Parts: sequence; structure tokens; C-alpha cells
Amino acid sequence: MSTNDAYYIPNKAVWPVVGTGGLVILFAGFANYLNGNAIGGWFMLLGLAVFIVMLAAWFTMQANESEAGQYNHGVGISYRMGMMWFIYSEIMFFAVFFGTLWYTRNLSVPWLAGVGDGPGRSSAMLWEGFKDVWPTNGPGNVGGEFEEMGAFGLPFLNTLLLLSSGVTCTWAHHGLLAKNRDQLIKGLIATVTLGFLFVGFQAIEYYEAYHEMGLTLGSGVYGSTFFMLTGFHGFHVCVGAIMLSVVLFRSWKGHFTPENHFAFEGAAWYWHFVDVVWLGLFIFVYIL
Amino acid sequence: MSAVTAEHDHHDHGPAKGLLRWVVTTNHKDIGTLYLVFSLAMFFVGGTMALIIRSELFEPGMQFVNPQFFNSMTTMHALVMVFGAVMPAFVGLANWMIPMMIGAPDMALPRMNNMSFWMLVAGILLLASTFFMEGGAPAAGWTMYPPLVLQTGNALPFAIFSVHLLGISSIMGAINIIATIFNMRAPAMSLMKMPLFVWTWLITAFLLVAIMPVFAGAVTMLLTDRFFDTSFFDAAGGGDPVLYQHIFWFFGHPEVYVMILPTFGVASQIIPVFARKPLFGYSSMVFATAAIAFLSFIVWAHHMFTVGMPMAGELYFMYATMLIAIPTGVKIFNWTATMWKGAMTFEAPMLFSIAFVVLFTMGGFTGLMMALAPLDFQYHDTYFIVAHFHYTLVPASVFMIMAAGYFWLPKWTGNMYDEKLAKLHFWLSAISVNILFFPQHFLGLAGMPRRIPDYAVQFADWNMISSIGAFIYGPSQLIFVYIVYKTIKGGTGEKVTDEVWEGAKEHSLEWTLPSPAPYHTFSTPPKEVPTLSTSRS
Repeated sequence: MSTNDAYYIPNKAVWPVVGTGGLVILFAGFANYLNGNAIGGWFMLLGLAVFIVMLAAWFTMQANESEAGQYNHGVGISYRMGMMWFIYSEIMFFAVFFGTLWYTRNLSVPWLAGVGDGPGRSSAMLWEGFKDVWPTNGPGNVGGEFEEMGAFGLPFLNTLLLLSSGVTCTWAHHGLLAKNRDQLIKGLIATVTLGFLFVGFQAIEYYEAYHEMGLTLGSGVYGSTFFMLTGFHGFHVCVGAIMLSVVLFRSWKGHFTPENHFAFEGAAWYWHFVDVVWLGLFIFVYIL
Repeated sequence: MSAVTAEHDHHDHGPAKGLLRWVVTTNHKDIGTLYLVFSLAMFFVGGTMALIIRSELFEPGMQFVNPQFFNSMTTMHALVMVFGAVMPAFVGLANWMIPMMIGAPDMALPRMNNMSFWMLVAGILLLASTFFMEGGAPAAGWTMYPPLVLQTGNALPFAIFSVHLLGISSIMGAINIIATIFNMRAPAMSLMKMPLFVWTWLITAFLLVAIMPVFAGAVTMLLTDRFFDTSFFDAAGGGDPVLYQHIFWFFGHPEVYVMILPTFGVASQIIPVFARKPLFGYSSMVFATAAIAFLSFIVWAHHMFTVGMPMAGELYFMYATMLIAIPTGVKIFNWTATMWKGAMTFEAPMLFSIAFVVLFTMGGFTGLMMALAPLDFQYHDTYFIVAHFHYTLVPASVFMIMAAGYFWLPKWTGNMYDEKLAKLHFWLSAISVNILFFPQHFLGLAGMPRRIPDYAVQFADWNMISSIGAFIYGPSQLIFVYIVYKTIKGGTGEKVTDEVWEGAKEHSLEWTLPSPAPYHTFSTPPKEVPTLSTSRS
């Protein structure tokens, strides 16, 4: 039946199924690898390759359809809603690890040190002499001695980098709205560069933590929360920077108009989300 | 697939040929059917596991399976029923019905819709594969509490990644539903004219987007605790296994409402039609649903009363939990008031709905009993809790899924189902479900713990009765499969009208469409929609 009317109906597509297949191979491979089967690692790579091909193909298809003018205003709204609620789900994902940090610092570590103990002093019996201090690797001194990661070295520099990248991203958006292609592309190049610089500095920070400070993922609950929070954030910075690179490529190809640029907006929202999460990390993980 | 130049704009919007149709489809009805068929299959897979459990518990002593396998059965039964049967069944209903109810041609994000379904299949396959692994399938309970769950064999990473896939699937499905409801409604369909099924699903979708990432985070920490030396749930490193329980139930309590809110929605569609009256208190139904959803986020630790929380925590979670009885009571009252003085008839969907109202109320009351922290110390981890949540899931969620099947099958297929057989199915189910679960209250109060393959002889009688109920309930569900199959193949031969049920047009838009409904529902938005709120505004 004809759909030449108010509603847009997309064509069928094989990429959702391909992507699912890729993800399953990736996960099954990873699980096998964790269980000690070396071949799992190869399946991981295969699954990842399939997944990347899927992403490239699916997004190319979407970009072509968009450039062919197939999407009406309503489709744009649906996409924006989808992105918004996806970011919301990501916020909830990070909330778990922030919550874990809060619980550990305010409840589990004090409790292990005997705060709130009744007359029986159960903690003294189990973990004698354990003090409620932060950072800690627990009463078992799990992972051995370590140094705390300070806030005002690389992390502070990274904060400045990421905040500036938020500014350049918005500057690029203004360029797009004003049909100033030069400003759009320069702004995006700056944003992507700052993003990857951030990741590079974080890699140096991790290297120092592991090789000079004795701070690892296994350094008790401090190491666990530190690397889990900053690690997942770093991963999201990578994803955001890749998204913005694609947007940069499309801008360079001449896509996007002031009215129709969902891809730019979606990536920019994601970038600001990553930015805000970092501010939370800088305050709660590094400073406090 | 990649032919997307402008001149191909309007090609092939009908179904693809052959089996490929089901693989690449972006159509909400196709995807809805896939979800429903898959969930029905999983219902029998999970049901078989339940029958294995009930066989072993038929008599005291060890009969058929070893304890490890028994524990795998309880764990996998729960995971398969929750993530494979009940949730997908409601997503299937949402796919079929929401576009038809709000006057839309399809879901807002149809390709993601397809991916959401296949991710579900992938997740369940990954979970099922654990049966064939060293150490067996997960056996630490569906809640996967550490440190016990960390002793799982090779299955652990597979179970965790399965949860990730199921989570991605649910989040995509939920985002799609939110975008559809907010963006695809016919212009005349204001929010307070939406049928209750749409409302309950909108609120459920918000729950899903908020909680599935939380579950993903929790199991990710299990993974790193086991394989990457972290100490999140290990006291020696400064962590706390109870932290996992907090995070899990922050997900888990809204999760059980994910399974009950759409149930409420289906009941709110069916009861007015067969009572031939508008739904009583439409707007209070909407607000009660929202209130239940909000409360679900602030009551999680009532699952953990015996874990050793500070007294202030016990009291807070007790009172907060009891609050839920208020909006739930509003709903029960409204359904009853809808039936009051109605010109009622008792076709299968209505029979199931009435059974739901009565039996769910009972499940609600036992919930209230367990909300009382001091009493919960007695009930905790006994068969009383098993009886409670099965009353809220089987004669509530499962009954209403099947009621929805009877209610909408004529609209979907254009054929009428066999009412006589459906009534037989109802009476067998309604009676046997009580034989199955009611005695479990007594077992729990007497102190029989859950998740054990053997028990003291004093529990023998009620266990045997419960198992007999199970062996009536399980096989009688095959009648449903037969009825559905027969209806698809032509049913009673009687062609149904567009309205199907007398006066149904006044309640919701799907009854204004032809039966069976066209492949794409509304190609242009409908001009008029039914008014459901009875208040003058």
C-alpha cells in the first residue's frame, strides 16, 4: 500500500539481525576467553568486526536515506526522543557506579571499621584495627600498598580539555546553524582532537597508576571503583569521539542543513553527557 | 536493503517473501507476532522446568534430579519466565496494539524494533547454552547473589552477558514505545484520551529505561569480581555483598512492576467492554499507575529485611511498601466499580479478567503481610513468598496475557476462537492454579524454605497437593495453544465484525479497523477517537 502521506515507513533492513549476530559472537567469544579458552579471543575479534561492519552499513544507509530527503519532521522527533532516552539509560548505568562509590565510602567501609557496632564488637573480632579511612583497599589489604590518585595533575588537565571540547562542540553547532561550514568543520576537528587527547592522557594516567603507584583494578574497593568509573567513562569518551568523527566526515561531505542535522545533535548531546559525567567523576572520585 | 534512492521511495512495503519476512521485518504486527510466539514457546520451556521442580517435590526425599540440577531448575525457571515469557509477551502485545490504539501506522523506530526482538532471542539462547557447560547452568537463584553466584562454573560469564543482551533488548523496546506514544499519536489523541493499555505501557517503558542499565551494572560488577580482581562485593577489599542486593533490588522491584503494570492495562481494556460501561475512574487509573511506578523505586529493601539493615531502614522500607496498597486498592476498586451494575457477559477474556481481579487481590494481600518487617522475619525465603509472587504472576500476568490473546485474536486474524474450549481452558486453569499455589502459603507459614529439593515429612501433604495442581495446570495450557492455532487457521468459521465485541468501538480505536487489521495500521491519522474519561472537563 502507498505510504505517500503524513507517515514515513522505513524499508526492511538486514542490519539489525547482523548486528545482533555480531554482538552474540562477541559476547560468547569473550565468555569463552574468560573461561580460559584462547580461541574465544578470536571470536571476540570476529564479533567485533561484524558489529563494526553493521554499524558502518546501517549508518551509511540512514545517512543516504536522510540525504535523499526521505525523513520528514516527525521522524526527526522520533530519533531525538530515542537518543534522549538512550542517554538517560546511560545516566542510570553510571548512577550504579556512583552509587557503589557512595555506599562503599559511607556505609560498607565504616561498618567494617566498627561504626554502629553494638556491645558485641563483631567488627573488632573479624577485622581488628581496621580504620575507616579513604582511600582503602579493605581490611584484607587486597592488592597490596598503593598511592592515591591525586586530582591536580593529569586529571585536572583532562577536565580543562573536556570542558573546552564542550565549548568547541557548541561553537561548531552555531556554525552549522549559521551555514558557516568553515566554523562547523574547524569546531568539530577541535572537539574530536580534544576528545582523543583526553583519552591519551588517561592512558598515561593509567600507565602511571599501574607501574609507579601500585594502583590497579585489584587494589581493593578504591581501585575497583576508581577504574570502573573512570574506565567506563573513558570508553564512553571514545565512543563519543568516534561519533563526532563520523559527523565531521559527513560535514566535510556537505551533509546537514540548519533544519536537518539530527546526527550532529545526537552526537553533541552524547558529548555533553560524557562531559557532565566527567565533572561528577572529578568531584567525587578525584577531589573528595 | 540498500536501495534507498528517491525513486525507490515507495517500493515493497508489504511483507518479504518466505521465511526471510520474519528476519528482516520492520512491521509492528510481524514483530508483535514474533514476540508472542517466542514468549509462548518460552512459557512451555519454563513450565517444563517448573514441572521438574514439582515432580521432585511431589514426595519428600530425593526422587529424580540431583540438588545441583534442582537449583539450576529454580534459577532457570525464573529467568526464562521473567525475561523469556512474561516480559516479551507484553512487548508483543505492545507492538501489536499500541500503534492500533493511538492511530499510528507503525512503531516510531521500526528497525530498532526488529533488533530488539532478535537481541531477546540471542540473550535467551546464550542463557540456554549454559545447560551444556562444565558446572551446569546457573544455580544460585535468579537474583544471582554473591558470593554464592561467583561459584558458578563456566556458565557465569554466559549468564552475565545474556543479561546484558536482554537488557539492551528491553531498553531498545522501551525507548521505541516511549517515542511511539509521544510522537505517533493521532492529532485527536490527547494523552488523557489514551487507552489504559497504552498508559500502563508508557509508564512501564519509563521503568525499563531506568532499571535495565542498573541490572547491567550490577552483573558487570559480578563479572569483574570474578575475573578481574575487583572487590565490590568482597569485605576483605572493603566491599560488601549486601551492596549487590541493594543494586539488584533497585532494579528488581520496578522489574516486577514491569510485569504487572501492562497486566493492569489489559484488564482495564477488557473489563469495560464486557461490562458494557466506560472504565470507572479513568484518570484515577492513570494516576494510580504512575504512583505505583514511582513507589516501586523507593521500596526495594523490603526484599532484604533479614539482611541486617539498621532499624531506621527497616521501618522506612516497611512503611513505604505499605503505601503501595493505596494506589493498588484504587485500581481494584475501579475494576469492581466498572463491573457494578454493568450488563455483563462472561466470554473467556472476561472470565480471566474477573479471576485476575480476585486472585491478584489475594497476591496483593500476602504482599502486604510481608511488607511488615517483623512478620517478614518469619516468612522470609519460605514458600510463603513463593506463593505470593506466583499469585501475582500466574493468575495475574499470565492469565491476562492469555485473556489478551482471546480478546484480540479475532481482531488479529479475522476469525473467532472456540469459546467452549476457551471456557474449558479457563476453568481448568483457574481451579488448578489455586490447587497449585494456595497450599504453598501453608507450607511457607509452617516454615518450609524455598529453593530446596528435599523437605521434612511434615510438609509432605501440601506439597503433594501442590504438585497435583501443577500437573493439571501445566498440560491444560496446551488447550490455549490448540485454540490459538485453530483460530489462526480459520477458527469457528464465523467471520467476525470490525468491532468483534459489542460496543467495543466506544472503548478503543483498534475496533474501528477491519478484522484482520491491515499490514500497516493507519496510513492517515483517524479524525476521531473515543473519550474515556467520564469526568466533565
